[in-house]
Amino acid sequence: MRSKLIEFRNVSFRYGEEQPWVLKDCSFEIYENEWVAIIGHNGSGKSTIAKLMNGLLFPQRGEIFIDQKPVTPDTIWEVRKDVGMVFQNPDNQFVGTTVQDDVAFGMENRGFTRTEMLTRLEEVLAAVGMPAYRQTEPHRLSGGQKQRVAIASVLAVSPQVIILDEATAMLDPKGRQRIMQTIKDVQHSKDITLLTITHDLHEIVQADRVIVMNDGQLWDEGLPREVFSKKDGLKEIGLDTPFISSLAEELKLAGISLTQEPLNHEELLEDLWTLHSRT
Amino acid sequence: MNNALVIGQYVPGNSLIHRLDPRTKITIIFFFVFIVFFANNFWSYAILTVFALASLFTSRVPIRFILKGLMPVWFLIIFTFILHMIVTKEGTPVFNIFTFTVYSGGILQGFAISMRFFLLILVTSLLTLTTTPIEITDAIEELLHPLKKVRFPVHELALMMSISLRFIPTLLQETEKISKAQASRGVDFRTGPIKERVQAVVPLLVPLFVSAFKRAEELAMAMEARGYQGGQGRTKLRELKIGKRDIFVYCLFIGVVIGLLFIRN
Amino acid sequence: MDITFKNVSFVYQQHSPFAHRALDKLDLHIPSGSFVAVVGHTGSGKSTLIQHLNGLVRPTEGDVWIGDFHLNAEHKPKNMKELRSKVGVVFQYPEHQLFEETVEKDIRFGPKNFGVGDREIQRRVKEVLPSVGLTEDFLDRSPFDLSGGQMRRVAIAGVLATKPDVLVLDEPTAGLDPRGQKEMMEMFYAAHQEQKLTTILVTHSMEDAATYADHVIILNKGTKYMEGKPEAVFVQKEALQQVQLDVPEVVRFLDLFEKKFGMSIPYRRQSVKDIAKAIEKVMTGGSGHE
Repeated sequence: MRSKLIEFRNVSFRYGEEQPWVLKDCSFEIYENEWVAIIGHNGSGKSTIAKLMNGLLFPQRGEIFIDQKPVTPDTIWEVRKDVGMVFQNPDNQFVGTTVQDDVAFGMENRGFTRTEMLTRLEEVLAAVGMPAYRQTEPHRLSGGQKQRVAIASVLAVSPQVIILDEATAMLDPKGRQRIMQTIKDVQHSKDITLLTITHDLHEIVQADRVIVMNDGQLWDEGLPREVFSKKDGLKEIGLDTPFISSLAEELKLAGISLTQEPLNHEELLEDLWTLHSRT
Repeated sequence: MNNALVIGQYVPGNSLIHRLDPRTKITIIFFFVFIVFFANNFWSYAILTVFALASLFTSRVPIRFILKGLMPVWFLIIFTFILHMIVTKEGTPVFNIFTFTVYSGGILQGFAISMRFFLLILVTSLLTLTTTPIEITDAIEELLHPLKKVRFPVHELALMMSISLRFIPTLLQETEKISKAQASRGVDFRTGPIKERVQAVVPLLVPLFVSAFKRAEELAMAMEARGYQGGQGRTKLRELKIGKRDIFVYCLFIGVVIGLLFIRN
Repeated sequence: MDITFKNVSFVYQQHSPFAHRALDKLDLHIPSGSFVAVVGHTGSGKSTLIQHLNGLVRPTEGDVWIGDFHLNAEHKPKNMKELRSKVGVVFQYPEHQLFEETVEKDIRFGPKNFGVGDREIQRRVKEVLPSVGLTEDFLDRSPFDLSGGQMRRVAIAGVLATKPDVLVLDEPTAGLDPRGQKEMMEMFYAAHQEQKLTTILVTHSMEDAATYADHVIILNKGTKYMEGKPEAVFVQKEALQQVQLDVPEVVRFLDLFEKKFGMSIPYRRQSVKDIAKAIEKVMTGGSGHE
């Protein structure tokens, strides 16, 4: 039986008494070593979820557990050891004056010895493909490079779960691709739970599971393939379907019966090819 | 793009002076500033000048950077020189300008005072030329460490300084961006009556403040998420170490001080 | 307004160790009324190019003509304000330029600076609001109380209210969610057609360039690398990859399709529906070519 790492129990949240509810009665679980993508339009409550997970915000109703511990003002420092976060704006989370200072920041806060810091620094910069930039100042890095440093900083303190809160939203396509590749590499090489929050459907393809948020509520939960098949619904809640799903839909309308919902070009072509050879 | 000029005009290098512990540099400069005022004859000035120039050459910082640093104070040095030359009425009269008679003592006095000025500026600018701002911050944190006992927020001060250093280039880029956006909306920052030009700053300052606050808020959140809870129990990656070269430089400096005390009248 | 760049170079911090050549002998021509996409990876000179369009910078070498306005190293048009009123620029994250107490004041700011009369401004404010998808209820609100997407619309309204002939868009959809992105682009496209604007879209999105532009310019290292109709430029996979750009996803798919089936469906910016039909034809034994 997989063990639960994160649990939301009937969580509701709003920023103030007079404000509307941002999250309404949300319940879900995230298990160890899985990659879960949370997707939703801007303002759907997805980023609030991230902030609740490491005690940057607290819910008015319901409970949140990280590794069996409830998240309360008393446990936040424990919780934050387990939950690492990468935020959207590459500039506004870069604390150090150089790359190595920034990566060290989290380790310094947790009282790592200097020798340990140096070893880990090497290791995590290599993991994100930035070993040559140790001494570089942030304003000489691209947005994508800064985000890779942010990922390295989180990895350095080896949390159980990493949350990427729209970490690619401000990057160009190349930067975005590199970050997704970095994430994939990290997930492969380490036992780590990954939570990516995004509004880009392309970024959920590789996740093990997807949670779709709409107006503060859990709209859907399932495998990427299952989510992709709900095109009309997705469009209604402001999310675009990727080209490949739209094409699959049109093919079905044109009378071609595909065997499964394709996730990428290869799957669709393979399916078409099988159908083609049969005729 | 022009950030290199703005942040403390640090000139990267690997000289003895660059590699000294920043605390050594700050301490020595601190005492140098004092002993400059002890100099009172030719030889005492000579020994200090030799020390300053030797440091300068050891640092291998190109002379033009030094001159650039001195630029804003040249006027002050010359002004001091002229003032003392005119006001001091000692020694023998040398020549007249306008209604003033210039005495030999005046020339010497003017020379001595402007020399002090020159030495002070030379040595302090050598600090910023060979030490990164963050090293200076670290050194200040270490040197002020004893003040923690009287609850002086040394760590917070140092963190504040290092975050400011980190964000100067970012905010400069932002300023440029916003001023270009507003110029595109017809704001003229360069011409027109003073009143209009002052008004033109509002569309620049408001967005800058808004963005700075937003950045501060997000940064605070990111720092908290990364486990920052004040200086308690924190370790440090950057470490300062007094090495052999520091001891050597201290000895040399003490030698200079002793020499100076002997030579002065 | 026709836009012409002739042999334009621009060097940042010339005569210093930090000198950096952002544009290098760039030649281009954008006819009045066209919708041009300028595409290039980060650092290809796109933002420097934009700044030449309304005289924020002048070329270090070469000549720029924006309609009758002529810019070069020596020559600065006397009526710079007029040039800026004719060329509206929507910068990246334009919501960062908002500063007034109310939405209305912020929209009025540009036209006021360009000396437009009060009555006329009033008329324009009423006119631009619906075209950016806002209502008059917003006018008295503080721009800082709005959502990110709404703030961006206010900023864009402020640019449109100056009634430019040329509209320059620098990554106008950055940071928006898919629906927001689509609405934003549709909005610009409508404005382009209704007001007969010359529109220059600077973007990373090959999809947007392919959907809206009638001409594409690929920039690399400050110079023109390729240009032409989107359907001609976007099929050149190798050439684009050389300068770190990807072809649109449709083109990638059609390419793989051709490899697998040995039959090509040429890219003509057709809809997904038409592509499905073409595939269906191939599948049922017909030819990819109609």
